[in-house]
Amino acid sequence: MTKYLLRRVLISIPVLAGISLVLFTILALAPGDPFEELATNPNVPPEVRMNLRAQFGLDDPIAIRYLRWFTSMMKGDWGFSFVSRVNVDRLILQRLPTTILVIGSAQLLGLLIAIPIGVYSATRPYSFFDQVATTCAFLGFSLPTFFTGLLFILFFSIYLDWLPFIYRADISASGWRWWWEHIRQAIMPVAVLGLFQASSMTRFMRSAVLDVIQLDYVRTARAKGLAERVTIARHVVRNALIPVVTLVALQVPTIFAGALITEQIFRVPGIGSLLISSILANDTPVIMAITFVFSGLVVLFNLIADILYGWLDPRISYR
Amino acid sequence: MAGSIPASRTGSPAAGAFAGAPPTAARRKSSSLTAEAWRRFRRHRLALFGSVVLVLMVLAVLTGPLVYRVPIDEIDFKAKLKAPSWAHPLGTDDLGQDVLARMLYGGRISLAVGLSAMLIAIIAGTAVGAVAGFTGGYVDHALMRVTDLFLSLPGLPLLLLIVYLFRDGLKKTLGPEIGVFVLIVAVIGGLRWMPVARLVRAQFLSLREKEFVEAARGLGAAPLRQVLRHILPNSVGPVIVAGTIDVAAAIIAESSLSFLGLGFPPDIPTWGRILFDAKDNLDFAPHWALFPGTAIFLTVLSINYIGDGLRDALDPRKVL
Repeated sequence: MTKYLLRRVLISIPVLAGISLVLFTILALAPGDPFEELATNPNVPPEVRMNLRAQFGLDDPIAIRYLRWFTSMMKGDWGFSFVSRVNVDRLILQRLPTTILVIGSAQLLGLLIAIPIGVYSATRPYSFFDQVATTCAFLGFSLPTFFTGLLFILFFSIYLDWLPFIYRADISASGWRWWWEHIRQAIMPVAVLGLFQASSMTRFMRSAVLDVIQLDYVRTARAKGLAERVTIARHVVRNALIPVVTLVALQVPTIFAGALITEQIFRVPGIGSLLISSILANDTPVIMAITFVFSGLVVLFNLIADILYGWLDPRISYR
Repeated sequence: MAGSIPASRTGSPAAGAFAGAPPTAARRKSSSLTAEAWRRFRRHRLALFGSVVLVLMVLAVLTGPLVYRVPIDEIDFKAKLKAPSWAHPLGTDDLGQDVLARMLYGGRISLAVGLSAMLIAIIAGTAVGAVAGFTGGYVDHALMRVTDLFLSLPGLPLLLLIVYLFRDGLKKTLGPEIGVFVLIVAVIGGLRWMPVARLVRAQFLSLREKEFVEAARGLGAAPLRQVLRHILPNSVGPVIVAGTIDVAAAIIAESSLSFLGLGFPPDIPTWGRILFDAKDNLDFAPHWALFPGTAIFLTVLSINYIGDGLRDALDPRKVL
């Protein structure tokens, strides 16, 4: 298992390097100059601009620029935000926990909905429950998060007036009240994202269980008199989870897209809304760093999926 | 595939027996491949329903602006944020502009983005998959690594980054409308070809070794002819299915981008853009957001159902 883990970790390094290469190429190909503003600013003499260019190595060959950029990214030296006047890594670290919390709870909610429904549907295919569940999953999967978010606001905040639709980081209450307010404001963003995830995961889960449930060893388990509940829980679900883990890992970029949108709708102060505000403010260092963080998270989640894989199916880690 | 349970519930024989006249044995024998696919597609009632809705949508955005001749940018502050009425069937926005007219016009762009991005994704994906699957070996390995790399790119953040970096340049060279359109279509398509490439490669790997291809090879067919005449036509089914789903995904991607205020400019009211403008007025003008949102939802839902039906019709393998 250790060897397997080590191999997986080592494999993700070239992937990260590849992603960074793509990002850097995009930046290098982009028209415009990061020092354009200085060029048009009459208060900055051209010598100073040339000196700055030399200092930042903008005229070096592209391969050297890439290597320098990548090593400083890896060292955590992400530059300086033009707009907020603080280091980019501090800015991002302030926002990251909120995003991880929202995405994590949404994913958890999705799994909690998807696994039971998917398994129950697959054990009774074409039953009334299955038909309803499949249709709901299809509808949920076709409902874009930006529309569900607006519908939720319309219904729960404006019509019923139950939940706040603006996420606030500065809640003045303390103790239980503080926790309650935090949970209350997180309900809608987490639900929007979690339900969207749940709909596609239900589909994955259902078809994976359908695949596994007719295999011979399941029939054997039943034949030797195991209770149906035990057969399903211990023999079917665990094996059905293997393809689901891959698919969920492949879906991670979609979760980030959803998180970006929900953060924007509910004004959650995470890195997604930071990305949007940086784009609107032309704050290139922050934009690059956030895209890099998102890529890093994708690689991280793929790694986690690989580890789960090894746990779910020990044969994989012995290869 | 060991499965005897079809993935789609409408693919069940019970559901099939109700739709349409059961084909007689004689008729089935004489039917071509396309007719056979159509027969299976017809069984999927929701897919049929989706096709009808989608056709109506396309007709509406194509002919709508010709019939419903209200200008999209006529500002009338006396009629601002009005709920649906006879004068404005879908109400008005904060400048008193007619929502129906804007939706009909913007729908063209939304649908056009979906279709063009799908074409790019399919062409790029098929090319990569075909080369990888047919050549095999070292080339295949390299191309598949690139595909995996693209699969682990964070889609929407990257889309935002590229649009941010290239928008002004393209706007200058191609004009605001076409520039943004080309950029968005190219990037969405360029970030969605990977599943198609994988599908095509898998098809090619198995078809390459089939007897009929070997026969063609034995008869001296050049590699290009083997691919174009024999392998590609046989691997087109899954590609069509993936392409259908890609249209829906591209429409969602474009709407997301416009919804974040970073897609099309406000004078090109795509559905996502209307939602972006409407989202701060939800409490007093919910209609403004509900109509374009429903349009996106219905379009995506119909396309997804069509994709589901096409999968039953064209792709006998059980995919998700």
